[in-house]
Amino acid sequence: MLTFIVRRLLAAVLVMFVITVIVFVIFFKTPGVDPARAIAGRNPSAQVIQEIREQFGLDKPLPVQYGQMMKSIFISRDLVSYSNQGIKVVPEIAAATPATLSLVFGAAIIWVVMAIAIGVAAALLRGTLFDPLLMVLALIGVSAPVFWVGQVANMITQGGLHSTFLFSWVPPLGYTPFTQDPLLWFKGLVIPWITLSILYIGLYGRVLRANILETQTEDFVRTARAKGITERQVLLRHTLRTSMITFVSLFGLDFGALVAGGALLTEVVFGIHGVGYLTYQALNNLDLPTIIATVIYGAFFIVLANAVVDIGYAWLDPRIRPT
Amino acid sequence: MSEPLLDVRDLKVSFRTEDGLVKAVDGVSLTLYEGETLGIVGESGSGKSVTMMSVMRLINDPNARFEGEVLYKGRDLMTLSKDQMRQIRGTGISMIFQDPMTSLNPVYRVGWQIAEQIRAHDRISKQAARARAAELLAAVGIPQAKDRVDSYPHEFSGGMRQRVMIAMAVSCNPDILIADEPTTALDVTIQAQILKLIRKLRTDFGTAVVLITHDMGVVADLADRIAVMYAGRIVEQGSRREIFYDAQHPYTWGLLGSIARLDRPKPRRLAAIPGQPPSLLRLSPGCAFGDRCVHRFDQCDEPPPLFDRVGGQHLDACHLEPKQKKELRETTIHPELVAEAE
Amino acid sequence: MATLLEQAEVGPEPTSADLGRNPWALAGRRLRRNRIALAAGVLFLLIVLLCLFAPLYAHDVAHVNPFPPNLNGHTVVNGKVVAVMQQGGGTLHLGETPIGPTWDLGHYFLGADSTGRDVAALLLYGGRSSLLVGIGSAVLCCIGATVVALVAGFFGGAIDAVLSRIMDVIWAFPVYLLAISLATELLTHSSGFQFGPLHVSATSLWTPTVIIAFIFVPYVYRPVRGQVLSVVNKEFVEASIAQGAGNLRLIFSEILPNVVSTVIVLLPLMVATTILTESALSFLSVGVQPPNVSWGTMIQDGTSLLYTRPWTSLAPGIMILLTVLSLNVLGDGVRDALDPRAKVRVEG
Repeated sequence: MLTFIVRRLLAAVLVMFVITVIVFVIFFKTPGVDPARAIAGRNPSAQVIQEIREQFGLDKPLPVQYGQMMKSIFISRDLVSYSNQGIKVVPEIAAATPATLSLVFGAAIIWVVMAIAIGVAAALLRGTLFDPLLMVLALIGVSAPVFWVGQVANMITQGGLHSTFLFSWVPPLGYTPFTQDPLLWFKGLVIPWITLSILYIGLYGRVLRANILETQTEDFVRTARAKGITERQVLLRHTLRTSMITFVSLFGLDFGALVAGGALLTEVVFGIHGVGYLTYQALNNLDLPTIIATVIYGAFFIVLANAVVDIGYAWLDPRIRPT
Repeated sequence: MSEPLLDVRDLKVSFRTEDGLVKAVDGVSLTLYEGETLGIVGESGSGKSVTMMSVMRLINDPNARFEGEVLYKGRDLMTLSKDQMRQIRGTGISMIFQDPMTSLNPVYRVGWQIAEQIRAHDRISKQAARARAAELLAAVGIPQAKDRVDSYPHEFSGGMRQRVMIAMAVSCNPDILIADEPTTALDVTIQAQILKLIRKLRTDFGTAVVLITHDMGVVADLADRIAVMYAGRIVEQGSRREIFYDAQHPYTWGLLGSIARLDRPKPRRLAAIPGQPPSLLRLSPGCAFGDRCVHRFDQCDEPPPLFDRVGGQHLDACHLEPKQKKELRETTIHPELVAEAE
Repeated sequence: MATLLEQAEVGPEPTSADLGRNPWALAGRRLRRNRIALAAGVLFLLIVLLCLFAPLYAHDVAHVNPFPPNLNGHTVVNGKVVAVMQQGGGTLHLGETPIGPTWDLGHYFLGADSTGRDVAALLLYGGRSSLLVGIGSAVLCCIGATVVALVAGFFGGAIDAVLSRIMDVIWAFPVYLLAISLATELLTHSSGFQFGPLHVSATSLWTPTVIIAFIFVPYVYRPVRGQVLSVVNKEFVEASIAQGAGNLRLIFSEILPNVVSTVIVLLPLMVATTILTESALSFLSVGVQPPNVSWGTMIQDGTSLLYTRPWTSLAPGIMILLTVLSLNVLGDGVRDALDPRAKVRVEG
């Protein structure tokens, strides 16, 4: 088992390396894009461009540039942003991480609880009206663009109904660190949490219901009933335990993707300056160092999540464990 | 004669489907006495599994309809509450299924699964249940039972898995063990071992056994009485001797004719029953076997009732006269012997 | 595992009408019986038709050209001639506010946007872009993924390993990140791309189409490759090889037909996904580019009018919701029709 874990992690590191190279190549090698020109700003003279090139080491061969950038990210941690030379990239990302983590963790708790509730309820209530009703709600959650839902939420909570008692507690858009004001932190995150989780509740509720119904037809569930254990034990110990395997592995992947900056739409709509927001801004400004750094950050989490899910899967399902 | 342990009275099970009403079980009556082994024989679609699953009330299909009574020790199981039925499962009546690979939960150790059943009916500690599980595994012939208690199902071979299933099924000393095609998914050599194990249970614990199979060879050794089912109905029922040596129904003849026998000369060809089993959606009003029966005559358009035409407990559902049956039987089962004699 | 009926040893008996019918016809029949899926399909088609008739609506019904800004325009509301942009509207007093919905099909049905353009007409034109990009990228993606999956699954070995690793790397990128990166990159090529004799402008709809198709190829590749692998090992393929069939014939006659059903099931769901992705990219200004309009760009444009003229954002959002919803329901129906033995029907 240990060698399995080690091998998985090593493969993960390799993939990360490849990703950083690819991103580097995309942004530094594509013809027509001249980073020096981007940094130089308006109407640069040729001389200014040349100076910038030397200053930022853009005239060196690509592998050297790559090596230097990696070094300044990991070792000296003094990589500087192109669009705002006063800002060091690595600390900037570190500062933005709590916002993203707050958003994603909160939403994840909500969606896991709700999805399990909906999935189990729909499966148990199969044949009644509630089952298709819940599934339609879930489908709507899946079909609405998340940024639009956020906008509509803002429309309601910040606009027309803001003065009513229902939504007067909603603070203006933005993120307040927990250490600064816990209550405000919470109040500012409630609507974003709900918005982000709607999509995933729909998705996971449907997946779980499908898995439960599928597992219920399995022979070993029939055996469990034949043993004379209670229906609740059959559901929890046999049906759910098996149906949750897919749920858990999907969750690991989605959670990883969100932490990696995948929540950027929600962050942009709600003005939460997390890593996703940072990435988006960097891309808009062609701020290459920040882009590379956020991509590395993101790739790290995705790859980590993949590896954790693989390992977790083996732990959950003994058949897959390497003997 | 004492009261039967299990008394199934005119059980009818049908399923509503898109294409109509499927009559899987069409008026089946069976009795099972303490300590005896009843074999139920029939091909796929004959309704043998549905009958016994209905006895256990394991059919959860919302489209299923049940009629009739199933008396276990005098109580009608069809009228019991879910919780009352649950208490009977495992302790009163137990069931093992055809495919041991998929019948055990792959993510739990076998010892845990056996212990789960024990602790569902008996308030004992986890350790005690685990110890009992180890004893049971040893009793069914699993080597190094104490260690294998912690193994997962996929770490056993097919035959071993079936033994685990049996151990689990008898863990609470049930009165009745229903074995639904327990050997069909196993190799022939393993089959013999499993059947031997089931026989041992009968002698050691006095468990009554219902053995469901499509293979006459399987019941030849084990069953005290045999019921032959076709298209959801019982077509013949009697003691082992009566069925094998004095079969009264053409379908039974067909089944017997298709077995290779060691105590008779080798036939050039085994007799096969022509045709296909009927669609349970469109059962003919007369004898269900009529379309495939070479001895069909006019009266077969009326449904043949199941009763004892030859006396005693030997029942059959065929309009032919017992005398005719005696003559036709030999030609049907062993056509080559008759040809040679001529 | 067997369904209950199969456990009861009762299989669905082929009726005389069924015998001899190929599985596609049977699937079609099953789909036709699923009324909810059919209704969803009809809804989707209606939306497509509506958007196709965008020029008709713009010219003949609303009499507008919705693309150029119309800040000084006028229209008729309740018989009175009214300026499209009005002084100091709403509680926020942000200067000029466009008129709201008139609910009059001929005159700014849904109101005007921040540059005075007819929202209703834009909605239909925007739908064209969204649908074109969505359907186009989904089809492109499925074709591409199928080709790669066929090659990987059929030839196996090192080819399979390399292709699958490449797919893994692409999939390792957070989806939006990759899309935005590529889009940002490609958009800096303001002069467009040259592919031999073909010139594609950077702002053409092809850019987001190709990008979105590309990022989802690994997603379709995985299940299709799985299906290819399972078919390749089946006996009828071996039989065909024994008969001397060459590689190309094997791929096209034996393997592809059995893999097509997997792709068909994925297609509606992929279109739903690509439409959502396009709207997100357009919202972030890296999808459909001006002068083209899509539902996503409209939502972005509507942000400034969020509190005063909510319909400018609500309308395109609702259209996306309805389109994607109908595709999801249809997709479920298609899957149920093609695979009735699937243990679960999601509609219940």
